[in-house]
Amino acid sequence: MYQYDKYDQAIVDARVEEFRDQVRRRMAGEITEDQFKPLRLMNGLYLQLHAYMLRVAIPYGTLSGKQMKMLGHIARKYDRDYGHFTTRQNLQYNWIKLEDTPDILADLASVEMHAIQTSGNCIRNISSDQYAGAAADEVTDPRPWAELLRQWSTFHPEFSYLPRKFKIAVIASAEDRAAMRLHDIGIELVKKDGVLGARIFVGGGMGRTPMIAPEINPFVPAEDLLSYLEACLRVYNRYGRRDNAYKARIKILIHEHGADNYRADVAKEFAHVKTLGLDPPLAEFDRITAFFAAPAFDATAADDLDLSDPDFAVWVDQNVKPHKAKGYAIVNIAVKPTGGIPGDATSDQIDLMADLATAYSFDELRVTHAQNIVLPHVKKADLYAVWQKLNDAGLANANLDLISDIIACPGLDYCSLANARSIPVAQKISERFADLERQRDIGELKLKISGCINACGHHHAGHIGILGVDKKGVENYQITLGGSGAEDVSIGKIMGPGFDENGAVDAIERIVEKYREVREGDERFLDTYRRVGNDVFKEAIYG
Amino acid sequence: MKLLTGNDLGSGDVVWWTGKGWSRNVHEAVDAGDAAEAILKEEEAARRVNASYAVDAGADGLPLHIKDRVRAAGPSVRKDLGVNPEIRLEKA
Amino acid sequence: MGDPIVSFAEFEGSNATAVRIAPGDDARVLLPHLDRLTLVEVTFPAFRDGRGYSSARILRESGYKGTLRAAGDVLVDQVPYMKRCGFDDFAPNAPLDQTVVEKLSGLYPEPYQRTVDGAVPVWKLRHG
Repeated sequence: MYQYDKYDQAIVDARVEEFRDQVRRRMAGEITEDQFKPLRLMNGLYLQLHAYMLRVAIPYGTLSGKQMKMLGHIARKYDRDYGHFTTRQNLQYNWIKLEDTPDILADLASVEMHAIQTSGNCIRNISSDQYAGAAADEVTDPRPWAELLRQWSTFHPEFSYLPRKFKIAVIASAEDRAAMRLHDIGIELVKKDGVLGARIFVGGGMGRTPMIAPEINPFVPAEDLLSYLEACLRVYNRYGRRDNAYKARIKILIHEHGADNYRADVAKEFAHVKTLGLDPPLAEFDRITAFFAAPAFDATAADDLDLSDPDFAVWVDQNVKPHKAKGYAIVNIAVKPTGGIPGDATSDQIDLMADLATAYSFDELRVTHAQNIVLPHVKKADLYAVWQKLNDAGLANANLDLISDIIACPGLDYCSLANARSIPVAQKISERFADLERQRDIGELKLKISGCINACGHHHAGHIGILGVDKKGVENYQITLGGSGAEDVSIGKIMGPGFDENGAVDAIERIVEKYREVREGDERFLDTYRRVGNDVFKEAIYG
Repeated sequence: MKLLTGNDLGSGDVVWWTGKGWSRNVHEAVDAGDAAEAILKEEEAARRVNASYAVDAGADGLPLHIKDRVRAAGPSVRKDLGVNPEIRLEKA
Repeated sequence: MGDPIVSFAEFEGSNATAVRIAPGDDARVLLPHLDRLTLVEVTFPAFRDGRGYSSARILRESGYKGTLRAAGDVLVDQVPYMKRCGFDDFAPNAPLDQTVVEKLSGLYPEPYQRTVDGAVPVWKLRHG
């Protein structure tokens, strides 16, 4: 894992002091809420329905046991004993006091963490593949690249008042586990003639106008990456729309201006930017990369596994993924208990996951965009012990990627932008499908729920998506089918008129039963939908 | 009937105008009538409230809009954390 | 006082040495004339509109040495970012609290990026 040096630490410490003074000025009335808002947002502090909400950055979703412990400590000391893992691999606290935030940021800084640029119209936390450094299928570890981007984007003086927020994801596998092409910039690391470089996609996103990012450059060599991104951002900062917040994302610029024109503008800007010496030397990249060297895996670790406990065997089959090192495995902790709140974990659960990471996973954890936690490097011989401890803490639900592994935004229970509640719908669906055998028979089915058109719950990318809307003051839920955030990326289609909460749950069940009826062989729901089309499912929903 | 609501600047707590000050309990809220705008202006300027606004309330004395009913009640999925979790989110 | 400031529209074809540019004006139009310019005023009609940061950097990157003024809705917490983009003069609508300006200016000694104000980027400090 990356470790701060004195420069990194000084920057994060300075931010704490800066924000302490900004909070003081706000409390003293020296600045208005309108002036304070962008300042607090750039520190991840929102004013939500019930209180201030603090979003803590977890860069590219990677954190240590000690950092995870700190998240548990803050939940206990300053919040109401829980935290919420988000689709951007971050953690949110829902009940924060403005007066406490400088001290919370200081606590975070003491373990090399921060809340910098987790909101605001700036470059947000860089997201990545949760299996980075462990995945059997990766070309390289994407995290050194993501860390390079974290540093470059932190307090970037030119790009802190962009037309709108800006999200970047970096992956390094053909399998996309980070919804890369639904980001403002998606980067896929690839090898060309033995040399690593970046394939660049620009202009993806969800929200009210979902778009899949087109490829803007098939190969940018490592030594040009920051200059190229600088050019991408400058073109956006200068020409992105500022007349209408709903049309201010880069996807709209590219959609209206054309990908070819944008590509040409970036090429021109890049030709200039590249003369400025903005790219750090290769030695800096090497320095960062060294932090991500593979841990000292035990070469003699055994590959065999005792699966005689049937519950354990199911969990292994569903939640444990292949590791690149022999005798090791990737453990997924689904933070999706039946009837629970997707992504919510208590302080004690956070502590437990931290302890497991320290004891069994070389002190590392990951947060996934599906609001789950990963222990990336667990010895197969330790899996049973890990599972038992997770089970005792209510964290061993074997539902990864199944219908109850639901992504849900906080919705109207917490969020001031929401039109409808998301969490109760997720709870009812997970209860309806509580039977694990039935879920496993249904197989991979990504269900995603958003409580408003901003699509924080990724409904556009759900195999089944649910969008909560306000219908004359009453919560109403529309269903979309056929979306995907993976390498077979697509945007779901709205099926028809919406339902109330219970009606939506019933409709989901009818969709699922129709799928079971018409699927061929071991075809996934998504593949069946793509094969048979809308009408079969519309008939099932409304017929 | 018009209620006034907002958040406490320091703690962020949801608060309601009682005629004399701000309460966390919506049942203590009073009709601000025509004075709504003037009260909000004065209270904001004195930083006794933040992000304040007026809401229409029904015969039950509770806000009509579901969003403000959620604010009054607390999260429906964490009844242990709300100030008045018994409040129904649907209009009476 | 220097020469009168002309607007971007008036600048072309004139001999003006001071010009005011708005967020939508293309700073690159000024590049052939940098030698004679002594003042470029970049306006910020709203503090949220960040186009002026790019305008400033483009001018400095191309060797502009004159005064670069940020004018309009300029807030004290934006000043450090603006300085990194090459601004060296400020004409805010509301006066800046100088205590805060000073406090902020010493807060972040080294930026992560190579900037046009001559600060040494962190990666350069690390590797020389």
